[in-house]
Amino acid sequence: MSITELDRPAAPSLLSRMKPNLETLPTLAAVAIFIAMLIYGEVAYGRIVQFSTISNLLINNAYLIILAVGLTFVILTGGIDLSVGAVIAISSLVGVMLANAGWNPLIVIVLMILIGSVFGVASGVLIQYFNVQPFIATLAMMFLARGLASILSTTPQRLDDDSVIRSLSTQWKVYDGPKIDDLVTTPNVLIAALVVIVAFFMLHRTRFGRTVYAIGGSEQSALLMGLPVVRTKLLIYVISGTLAGLAAVVYTSKLGIAQNITGVGWELDAIAAVIIGGTLLTGGAGFVLGSVIGALVLGLMNVLITRDGGIPPEATTIITGGILLAFVLLQRFVVSRKRKS
Amino acid sequence: MAATAPAVTEPIVEMENISIEFPGVKALQNVNFRLFPGEVHTLMGENGAGKSTLIKALTGVYKIDSGTITVGGLSRRFAGTADAQSAGISTVYQEVNLCDNLTVGENVMLGHEVRGPIGINWRKTHEAAHEALIRLGLGDLDPRQPLSSISLALQQLVAISRAMVTDSTVLILDEPTSSLDANEVEGLFTVIRRLRDEGVAILFVSHFLDQVYAISDRLTVLRNGVVVGEHQTAALPRNQLISEMIGKDVDTLNSLGSQRSRAVHSGGAPYYSAKDLTRKGSIEPVDIEVHAGEVVGLAGLLGSGRTELGRLIYGADKPDAGIVTIDGKTTEVTSPVGALARKIAFSTENRRDEGIVGDLTVRENLVLAVQARRGWARPLSRREQAAICDKYLVELNVRPADPERAVRDLSGGNQQKVLLGRWLATQPELLILDEPTRGIDVGAKAEIQETIVALADDGMSVIFISSELEEVVRLSERIIVLKDRRKIGEIVNGPDVTAEAIVDLIASEGSGA
Repeated sequence: MSITELDRPAAPSLLSRMKPNLETLPTLAAVAIFIAMLIYGEVAYGRIVQFSTISNLLINNAYLIILAVGLTFVILTGGIDLSVGAVIAISSLVGVMLANAGWNPLIVIVLMILIGSVFGVASGVLIQYFNVQPFIATLAMMFLARGLASILSTTPQRLDDDSVIRSLSTQWKVYDGPKIDDLVTTPNVLIAALVVIVAFFMLHRTRFGRTVYAIGGSEQSALLMGLPVVRTKLLIYVISGTLAGLAAVVYTSKLGIAQNITGVGWELDAIAAVIIGGTLLTGGAGFVLGSVIGALVLGLMNVLITRDGGIPPEATTIITGGILLAFVLLQRFVVSRKRKS
Repeated sequence: MAATAPAVTEPIVEMENISIEFPGVKALQNVNFRLFPGEVHTLMGENGAGKSTLIKALTGVYKIDSGTITVGGLSRRFAGTADAQSAGISTVYQEVNLCDNLTVGENVMLGHEVRGPIGINWRKTHEAAHEALIRLGLGDLDPRQPLSSISLALQQLVAISRAMVTDSTVLILDEPTSSLDANEVEGLFTVIRRLRDEGVAILFVSHFLDQVYAISDRLTVLRNGVVVGEHQTAALPRNQLISEMIGKDVDTLNSLGSQRSRAVHSGGAPYYSAKDLTRKGSIEPVDIEVHAGEVVGLAGLLGSGRTELGRLIYGADKPDAGIVTIDGKTTEVTSPVGALARKIAFSTENRRDEGIVGDLTVRENLVLAVQARRGWARPLSRREQAAICDKYLVELNVRPADPERAVRDLSGGNQQKVLLGRWLATQPELLILDEPTRGIDVGAKAEIQETIVALADDGMSVIFISSELEEVVRLSERIIVLKDRRKIGEIVNGPDVTAEAIVDLIASEGSGA
């Protein structure tokens, strides 16, 4: 390496880290698919590449983006968190019931997030100190959370329309387009954006983040390098749980209804978003921005299917599965190419 | 001269009366060990002698049951690797323990990244990594390239750079040379000498006697968890060192000799023969014949195609072409299952990843191949399993001879014996052994060599692959020499065949072609 290269400012070096290579290929593929879907939708159905559609895509999928960010941390270490969907159910039910009982909405919001954290801590402790497999530990948390939610209520709980929590989904017109084609955003979308930015910073600019990648590469090596493996692994489940709590706030504010069956299967949607976004299920490689794209791919797919009208909604899951399979195969290809090189 | 340093300086590490006990095993008993600044100190001993345990005690991986560890004049008790590292003790392990999903620079700096107001400053971090690499003479290495893109030897040096970033005063190298070729070893030794001259205390573990004599100033010999000697390397004759290590007369080793070349096989049709066996990108067409009771050696450098040929014969890789005849019948071997059915067994060179299953017990590992051949629908009875264990634990002298112990807890040599036993239990007619003695100590090596000879004497055909040419020459009746994925010659062993002769053949072949 020459002196000139050493003198390079930080920005290009960050860019060079993102330059296309085998590692970024799956993520780039996700971006390509997303763009292809946009173009196909615009050509086939029209009114896709416009402000209102994109705005709605972000507004409707803010919760999924937050969940996917949390799972990115977990999956990067080679772990899994199956509890996030059920955590949303219990967190949003508790939130709505307390808010309706007249609690201070701020306290309610903090409590909703903390409920997620508590489940995260529980998963992390089970995994780290009781040597339970992440799959099993978070599965147990999933059943526990779902069960607690069902004890609370089995009927939909409606949040009062004038509740402060609902104001998180206030639509702010950023740009007034022609007719109804406006660029709109909600506090929820901004929360999701903030989560993504903070996660990106943590993963790429902190020792904690690099330890996450190192653990995913080889947990044994990370241990022998003297990295704080135990603390880090505990923390990622807390992050995942906390973000599930936050996703509950975001989702509840948008829909205004909480139910014990809210969020069934969302953990799998989030996992799918992370995988489609290019994160290896075995850990060690992937990008949080990829997970955002993954979530948007899933969201856009639903939009396209709705627009088409001819595709039965039941086919959604089949298409999701197909896309997921294609991306996993792409990853296998990348991994095998890396082994050869 | 570094060798005289101990006389004038205080030891940087002093371990006194260290004892560690595992269930049923006294791994270390009252071990005393001293390490001085500016010396290369080798820890010698057979597998299971306690070398790894001692290192793990010093690096905080194991807790000591009794004794004291003093580092730099302070009494220490390490609760983990991080503790030991903060006391200035870094370790580079046999299997490079880095993360190959990250860049070279990141691996050097992990946990020590340079931080600024907006988190890690990658430019400064890579600069620091670059400086650490320059210190080891690796200035050409780009810290931004992925670790997976550089050779294992370079990765090893990167691991040492990492150790130096933490300003370590003690560097432990646990069998760093086992997967390096001669040039790479020399490169590593240059780095080691440089660090030694800077005053770093280096603890070195290796099974290669030549290397030990080339690099170390002093050595400590362990046997069965007890220190049997602490010597100046230059003043210690090799045969004395070996006898201290294995605790029995070295004549047993020498007596194996070249008697094998005198063994005569029936001379009739070969048991196994392959004509034009080939696989694209793996090996060019090769003819090979093995008679019953014959040991055929595959000689060649790393990457010559010796392992690839073994895998083709076994069907682990599917051959593109080739006519295979086994016991007079033309057949095809395209999968390990097919190979087992035709009584061909293959013991991998990659013991840890492809061979033993560490979490299973010795018994489960031993019966694995037999069970696989019978099919999972017909499980072996407890009594049949016990019979297999009894037979091979005794025959191969596996220590500890406890069938219910997890294989993970056994030393490398004993794991290799279990692996060998697994294939012997299938009662193969053709046994392919890929590096069965790599990374194991002299005693176990001799035992495995003896076993191979005995098996051939009983009529088994053996294909023996090893990077140690002396070993190939000693055991084989015929030697197939490979180079650059081609067979370049076949030598019938005799008194005038030596390792040098094979080296000459490999060396001259390139220039002649």
